[in-house]
Amino acid sequence: MSTSEHGEKVKLHIDPTERGWIRAAILVLVVFAISVTIAGFMLGIQVPTEEQRVDPRTIENELPWSDPGVREIVAGEKYDVYLLAKMWFFDPNTVPEPDATVEIPAGAEVTFYVTSVDVQHGFKIQGTNVNFMAVPGEVSKLTTVFNEPGSYDYICTEFCGTGHASMYGTVNITE
Amino acid sequence: MVTETTRTPVYELTKSDKSFIGWHIFFAVTALAVGSIFGPLQALQHAGIDLYPDLNFLFIEFNGVNAYYQGLTLHGVLNALIWTTFFITGFTTLVVIRTLKRPLAIPLLNRVGFWMMVVGLVVAAVPLLGDNASVLYTFYPPLEADVLFYLGLVLVVVGSWIEGYGFYITLYRWRKENPAEKTPFLALAVILNMVMWQIATIGIAAEILGLILPMTFGWVGGIDPQLSRTFFWFTGHPLVYFWLLPAYASWYGMLPKQAGGKLFSDSLARLAFWLFLLLSVPLGFHHQFVDPGVPAGWKFIHSLLTFGVGFPSLLTLFTVVASLEYAARRRGGKGLFGWIRALPWGDGSVTAQLLAGILFIFGGIGGVANASYNVNLVLHNTTWVPGHFHLTVASAVTLSFFGISYWLVPHITGKPLWRPKLAVVSSWVYFAGMLIFSNAMHTIGLLGAPRRTPLGLAPYVPDEWNGHLFRVAVGGAIMWIGLMMFVVIIAVTAWQRKRLPEGEHIDVPVAESLDDPNNAPAWLDRWKPWLIATVVLIILAYGPQLIDQIFGIESTSPGFSPQSPVPGG
Repeated sequence: MSTSEHGEKVKLHIDPTERGWIRAAILVLVVFAISVTIAGFMLGIQVPTEEQRVDPRTIENELPWSDPGVREIVAGEKYDVYLLAKMWFFDPNTVPEPDATVEIPAGAEVTFYVTSVDVQHGFKIQGTNVNFMAVPGEVSKLTTVFNEPGSYDYICTEFCGTGHASMYGTVNITE
Repeated sequence: MVTETTRTPVYELTKSDKSFIGWHIFFAVTALAVGSIFGPLQALQHAGIDLYPDLNFLFIEFNGVNAYYQGLTLHGVLNALIWTTFFITGFTTLVVIRTLKRPLAIPLLNRVGFWMMVVGLVVAAVPLLGDNASVLYTFYPPLEADVLFYLGLVLVVVGSWIEGYGFYITLYRWRKENPAEKTPFLALAVILNMVMWQIATIGIAAEILGLILPMTFGWVGGIDPQLSRTFFWFTGHPLVYFWLLPAYASWYGMLPKQAGGKLFSDSLARLAFWLFLLLSVPLGFHHQFVDPGVPAGWKFIHSLLTFGVGFPSLLTLFTVVASLEYAARRRGGKGLFGWIRALPWGDGSVTAQLLAGILFIFGGIGGVANASYNVNLVLHNTTWVPGHFHLTVASAVTLSFFGISYWLVPHITGKPLWRPKLAVVSSWVYFAGMLIFSNAMHTIGLLGAPRRTPLGLAPYVPDEWNGHLFRVAVGGAIMWIGLMMFVVIIAVTAWQRKRLPEGEHIDVPVAESLDDPNNAPAWLDRWKPWLIATVVLIILAYGPQLIDQIFGIESTSPGFSPQSPVPGG
């Protein structure tokens, strides 16, 4: 502990108003932290976590990635969607000249699995909390429920080269 | 009127030091002027006005859709990395010499560091201008740029380290010469910033030297993109504080003097800076909340630590506003908020920094959303993010540096500021443009617009974004006009023949403190405990994940040119 030239301990002087401000600042930050914790661990609004490592050079040769698309787990209730991010489209391609569709019934629990075969891409489904990076060598995974029928775009949100701005796809949610 | 003139300078810098600082500012402002050309081009592109084909004459390989990304890379590198680093090292040189009232310990060391940065800038500029490094300023592997781009960046960073060593040695000598004195706040603040930078840049050094260059030279077959992201963001967030802390130093230690008052609390100013040293680095995972290869638990811990670094920012808000209120009331300001009008708004240097502070309040509030673990999901990788960092690096930092330049350039050149009234106008114009631009960027971000994308040609843009995209264009264009006013004012000030009248001198504004700095507790002037705590916290917050990712490295991704889906193509 420090001492002044006269030998007595020097304490940090804080103006009373500022002391009040410091207390309020700490309180506000603690409230934020608690809110985020409740939303994350009690309401289940979660971010992606470690899922699986893969080899981007050979991934297209192995199931399930050799046949990406929708997998029905429990009809009307539970679906998995596998998408491969490539320069510069999502495989299977749903736009603008589709070679497949991604169709899910409203109210079902859908888990998206996405990885990249080349560079880093982004994946964000508009109007949902599904938002993650597609990193070569890693599988990204998040689950959501679409309650409203309609079409939802998923777009590439990370710069991935010349064709980045036109890289997107569509999920069709049926009645 | 810009900053008081005094007849007897407190400590006169040598001609050689002044010109050395001047070269820093020259390269900084030049980089800003060139890099900012692309700002309004991008903003207009969003609104469907594509001017890139008309600018083909500017660059040899400037064409097609790649022009947008080439321009965006130049904008990020020149504005966010070069303008800031050159300005900060120049400003730090001035503050160290002036507030320690002694020359640099080893002037040659700083000069070597600086010219290494200049060489790095030139080396990186070759592939950038040739469209061989259009990988944006985050250069996420396995996108691969020309090797000169990485070598140039290495030289800039190592050059800034060497300048830092020059400052550390100077401070060490000063402490030996003045054992009874506390380090002046301003010197402590700017040198602490260089130390934080030294620690933080270990991440980017590991990424470039350990992962990218071995791939680019062909020594290894590929790279681990996830590990490279973790290394990058080890540096990426503290980078923001490296830009911000010199602006804070000016707000705490200079602006009160310019406004006619004193620093409200020297001790709390020091405490805030030590907390920034402690907390700037161990929170980088909040940039990786949506990464697949980082466990959610570590993201959560870094989210809490990011709230922690909000604390010294809130301390700063109080102390800076209290110092300004004290100044304004001394000037006759009255009322709960009426005192704000009594601040010297006619001084271009003060106005720039006050407006910077106002924009930064919005930036800070938005930053809380960014930091919030799961709330972040609605805005990650959207235009909210550039909307946010234009309020931080392009407002709090850049506008403050405008304000600093308005006294600094007259100080080192001995010439009066050209058109001081225009200097006031420049900041207001920039401020107005920024309000429009950043509000629109935040709004379409919440609607889902991706960042780093020429939205003018994206096929998925819904009609409801159009009005906001138009505001992006208008705001971006107005900002650019304000910025060009600054560039012209500084250029004419530096190159005019007119000099300050004989014996007159624009001094560095150094604010006194309301409390006596020598009454501050000694732990606010000791490096060792803070440095140990900083390293320990970094090891706790990063160590386990770094060990996991480094030992689990899978270098399976070959490099890609941004223009071809074929590896190495």
